[in-house]
Amino acid sequence: MNDLLFDVGANLAKIIILTHTVLVLAAYMPWVERKVSAWIQDRVGPNRVGWAGLLQPIADTLKFIFKEDVVPGHVNKVLYILAPCLAVIPSLFVLAVIPFGPSVSVLGRTVDLVIADLGVGILFVFAFSSLAVYGITFAGWASNSKYPLLGGVRSSAQMISYEICLGLSVVGIFMGAESLRLLDVVHQQVDGTWNLFTQPLGFLVFVIAAFAETNRLPFDLPEAETELVAGYHTEYSSIKFTLFFAGEYAAMFVFAALVAVLFLGGWDVPFMDNASFAALGNWGALLGFGSFLAKCLLFLLFYVWVRFTLPRFRFDQLMSLGWKVLLPIGLVNILVTGLLNLPDGAA
Amino acid sequence: MALVVERRKLNFWEELYLPAIAQGLAQTFRQMFKPAITLQYPEQRPVIADDYRGAPGLVKDQDGREKCVSCQLCEYICPPKAIVIVPGEAPAGGPFDYSNIEKAPREFYIDMLRCIYCGYCEEICPEQAIFMTREYELNAATRQELVHDKARLYQIGGTRQDPIQKWKHKDDGRPGAGGAGAH
Repeated sequence: MNDLLFDVGANLAKIIILTHTVLVLAAYMPWVERKVSAWIQDRVGPNRVGWAGLLQPIADTLKFIFKEDVVPGHVNKVLYILAPCLAVIPSLFVLAVIPFGPSVSVLGRTVDLVIADLGVGILFVFAFSSLAVYGITFAGWASNSKYPLLGGVRSSAQMISYEICLGLSVVGIFMGAESLRLLDVVHQQVDGTWNLFTQPLGFLVFVIAAFAETNRLPFDLPEAETELVAGYHTEYSSIKFTLFFAGEYAAMFVFAALVAVLFLGGWDVPFMDNASFAALGNWGALLGFGSFLAKCLLFLLFYVWVRFTLPRFRFDQLMSLGWKVLLPIGLVNILVTGLLNLPDGAA
Repeated sequence: MALVVERRKLNFWEELYLPAIAQGLAQTFRQMFKPAITLQYPEQRPVIADDYRGAPGLVKDQDGREKCVSCQLCEYICPPKAIVIVPGEAPAGGPFDYSNIEKAPREFYIDMLRCIYCGYCEEICPEQAIFMTREYELNAATRQELVHDKARLYQIGGTRQDPIQKWKHKDDGRPGAGGAGAH
């Protein structure tokens, strides 16, 4: 009975910590985005609400909540309301399998800092992150209006194409780790080298595909303001629009976390291995969590930096990049990794 | 004849596009540390040129006399018909009972929602009574507030030095003339 209580408590604590970290980050990412874009464009950015505009996200959210929630008469009501929920939930589910720190010891028991330590971790990630496309496609379809429909169609084509590259790019890692558990992947990197250095091609393909999966520039064709008004969320207002917004930022965080876990050594700090983390005890766990969060934040900044550097792709360019460039690179990467990792005596 | 632009064949590194992307990222990174050129508006003000054409206003001379004689030329020339003048007689008696002035505006309205800031009213005014000021902040909660009446127009225009004061000195130095106020 005590064990059960402890497990429930520990898991609840992990869920609360991780989801709140992500939701607060999702609320503050628009502020970061506006600030960084302002710096790049020689402007100041939000600086009126609170110190350096830090209360801006709260003001924005309040504004969104108090706006009229219009449900146009021509929409398919069920899908229209379901779509924004589907845009947020898959990203939050994926968080469940992401290890965010070394294990801590509480009341004499060891707790791994991952909500659900699944043996098929990475498959779970791809299964759920693929569901996010339904949110966008449903939104486009249910809006019953031309620009959202175009956005939804683009989104489904784009997500399906890049999902494959995403999957292929990480196969090399799991060949090296000989496990699909994300915890194993991190432990292997903490003791050895980061996968960024052993799998540079995989990293490149994964990052490009991650940009496409999160609909971020240069691959933001589903919303492409200049062509499609606002794409799939044209007909949405008030809190439903906010959910799409939050969903996009939550997805960005999830992919940043995945990049950190798969390629940047998770919670690893240079010159430390699993033993030295264990030696520091719970302080080591805190250090690891900080390191993991720092990597995520850096990658989130990279998203913003790229957004204000590169122009949007044309749709045919997007497709040809996905199928004719990234897919072959992903396949070659698997082949080369396989050849280099042949068991002794097989060659 | 069609102009054919020779396009150089890209070499391997250029075809990868990655070096170009890195260059772009470096450019935007450098840009992040340049000072912002933003003017923090309500606290900092832009420099307004002397000949800026802001809201038109009516002026009084140094004696406090309203210079408009209600000739309605500005009303006539105004392209968007923003000006409406209700002419009246110049008040008899008082400090400004100059002999040759017959009219003064009873009401003077400029609809700032119609005004196009062309400055024709200032140009055509034979009395130098209306000027384009440097006032550029016109806000109101209602449309009616932006139809400036006489009081508001004088508030905007204020007082201008008039070195000539032609009506005051019209009869000065002429034989038989009694100066201001003499009929």
